Amino acid sequence: MSDRGKKALGVETIGMSMRFGAFTALDDVSIKVPAGSFHALLGENGAGKSTLVKCIMGFYHPTAGDILIDGREVGIASPKDASALGLGMVYQHFTLVPSLTGAENLVISREKVPRIIDWRNERAALAQFMERMPFKLPLDVKVAELAAGEKQKLEIIKQLYLGRSFLVLDEPTSVLTPGEAQEVLGLVRGMTKAGDLTVLMISHKFHEVTAFADDITVLRKGRLTGTGKVSELSHKQMAAMMIGDQPIAALDSRAPVPVGARQILTVKALKAPDRTGLKTINIGELDVKSGEIVGVAGISGNGQKEFLEVLAGQRTRDAGDVLVKGSPYGASRAEARTLNVRFIPEEPLRNACAPRMTVAENMAFRTFDLNEAGKPISWIRMSAIRDYATRLVEQFKVKTASLASPIASLSGGNVQRAVLARELTGEVDLLIVSNPCFGLDFSAVAEIRARIMKARNAGAAVLLMSEDLDELLELSDRIFVMSDGSLVYETPIAQASVQTIGEHMAGHH
Amino acid sequence: MDATEIGLWGVPLAMLGGAIRVSTPFIFVSLGEAITERSGRINLGLEGTLVFGAMSAYAVAVMTGSPWLGLLAAAAAGFCFGLFHGWICKFRGVNDIAIGIALMLFGSGLAFFFGKPFIQPSAPDLPAIPFGGWSNVPQVQAALNINVLFLIGAALAVFLWWAFRNTRAGLILRVVGDSSDAARAMGLNPNTVRLIATGIGGALAGIGGAYLSLYYPGSWTEGISSGQGLMAVALVIFARWNPLGCFAAALLFGGAGALGPALQSVGVTQGYYLFYAAPYILTLVIMIATSSPSRSLAGAPGELSITR
Repeated sequence: MSDRGKKALGVETIGMSMRFGAFTALDDVSIKVPAGSFHALLGENGAGKSTLVKCIMGFYHPTAGDILIDGREVGIASPKDASALGLGMVYQHFTLVPSLTGAENLVISREKVPRIIDWRNERAALAQFMERMPFKLPLDVKVAELAAGEKQKLEIIKQLYLGRSFLVLDEPTSVLTPGEAQEVLGLVRGMTKAGDLTVLMISHKFHEVTAFADDITVLRKGRLTGTGKVSELSHKQMAAMMIGDQPIAALDSRAPVPVGARQILTVKALKAPDRTGLKTINIGELDVKSGEIVGVAGISGNGQKEFLEVLAGQRTRDAGDVLVKGSPYGASRAEARTLNVRFIPEEPLRNACAPRMTVAENMAFRTFDLNEAGKPISWIRMSAIRDYATRLVEQFKVKTASLASPIASLSGGNVQRAVLARELTGEVDLLIVSNPCFGLDFSAVAEIRARIMKARNAGAAVLLMSEDLDELLELSDRIFVMSDGSLVYETPIAQASVQTIGEHMAGHH
Repeated sequence: MDATEIGLWGVPLAMLGGAIRVSTPFIFVSLGEAITERSGRINLGLEGTLVFGAMSAYAVAVMTGSPWLGLLAAAAAGFCFGLFHGWICKFRGVNDIAIGIALMLFGSGLAFFFGKPFIQPSAPDLPAIPFGGWSNVPQVQAALNINVLFLIGAALAVFLWWAFRNTRAGLILRVVGDSSDAARAMGLNPNTVRLIATGIGGALAGIGGAYLSLYYPGSWTEGISSGQGLMAVALVIFARWNPLGCFAAALLFGGAGALGPALQSVGVTQGYYLFYAAPYILTLVIMIATSSPSRSLAGAPGELSITR
């Protein structure tokens, strides 16, 4: 057992710099996180947030700069040193071992584990420890069976169990429902207020920062661009510190859905097995009209992925109909072509690209075997593929070294732009999109959302699945909530409330 | 005495005896493979390790006159094979399955090369304990003449089942097999853990080989294994990486393997060759029955290359 007698630690960096070869990831950054405070670290992807944190945690050796803990200079050469000093980190992706139970995960992560584990003693000690914790958790269940929120709580509990009193939280709420996020952050906030814990949270979400953090530090391109008390800053000021003066694509205003718009996608009584084969997903009825965006919200693992796979033809269905413009749709290439169905799956590099083929080839996947008139051709013309790709790259502002580079060498935002270019070119009647902005930075997100809105206004029916509720609220005309394999709630955007949607996502209805 | 004297009862009895006799190498190889796969690697080379273990055990037993020294030699040889596999697999871009196949051929070939002079001489057998003394039916006595290695294997299965949950080593093995990232975050080196796990797996496979040449069938020939090492690997998947499951599955396979000889002994002369194929057919049937096109295997270690 760890002693929790240690009180919260204050951490400070002075002139932290990190260079990788000629590239400066972090340039003279000094931040101060006083003991018992809740500090937010803001910045776009690649701004140097994780580099800074990794320097503090001993994963990187900074090129220059010092770390002070409670005002005293310390040397942190490895993650082990950081843990010994009481610094801990909760990663964005879970580091718990899925097939072990919570108790097993806690015990094995300890510094000293006895050769033979006496589970009776360990359980008693754990129960005693859990009594002092603000969260209640089942520890005898395999971690794989816990909900995302419970896993996140267990990650935090693990750090406390190991006696850490300074925690770095890396986008801790990205996988949680709004309700879970409120709860977890609220409890952590309570511990910092009590002086038991200091927190440095990496976040993208301004409303969380405003609600829970005391101070913020903003990084941009490796430099410190702003710092201050949350109470004295507006969201607009924070955004300005984050992105500087680069232009942000504005969302088209929403054209009203025409009365009597044509019904494009109809899903009826769809049944399919889920990944484990133990549960089925069951979509009673879903329709999407021309010129509207229908959003599907839900915590990951509630069947959205399987639903999407059925629509994409990656998963067989047991029963039910999928109709596009009234004709049955089985996701074959021919059907997608005649019915103008386009598809942007999540993780596009994995699900919508051949990573080692070139940018040009990837962009031509829909059209390489057709001539200008849309008739099949028997010999492929590389020059036509290149010309086509050149046009699209320019139009969609895909940044690539050359058209002949493998698409895997592009950044996440540019892979997504390339896939969007391919899918949104030509006539689009139905667009199926899943988590289009996952892991992308501010400007790419704005641009991609603008493109989707543009396609909607041009008359495409859009089915948008997302784990990001803010995104759904921004784009959708109607929102469905998917929970435990079925659509459990529907609301038009005008009446949508985060509270109600969150409750349905958590299955509390 | 004639096998027909106890009538058709001879068949289940012979199958029980056969199951105990034939299953022992399966038990050791599959327990070894279970340890290796729980660490997140597949060692298909255990077939080669089994054959090499059989050869080295036989050779050492012939030269020293002690079957136990032979057993030790087989375990040591298997350990080295396992370490070799584990060491090669730590390099980037190396595929554990391809290395396994290479080692399977290498182990068999090496065993044939060194084993040539030992085909003729005879080696002392590993001892068996007669549990059938209470009966005067010879078939019962034969069926219950149980080799010590079978008992050790059974105890080992129970021990491993316990150890995977109640020892530090067991938990570390499962952590590494399920998530390399989590293991690294804990300051464990997955490669070291896998190296040791593959080594131990190889040693157990070597012991399985020693049983083949020193007890049943009890001599060194080049066709001694006939794919038992490979089948044991399949068996681990069927047993869902659970040591007790491995033990039960090995018994089942042993019983199926004994079906052919048992039928032959009661006088079935037609088509018994078909029954010799029973274990292989059973493998196929079980694999088809327990798999599904639309879901992944439950209980598979997360880092295993075939299920990832």
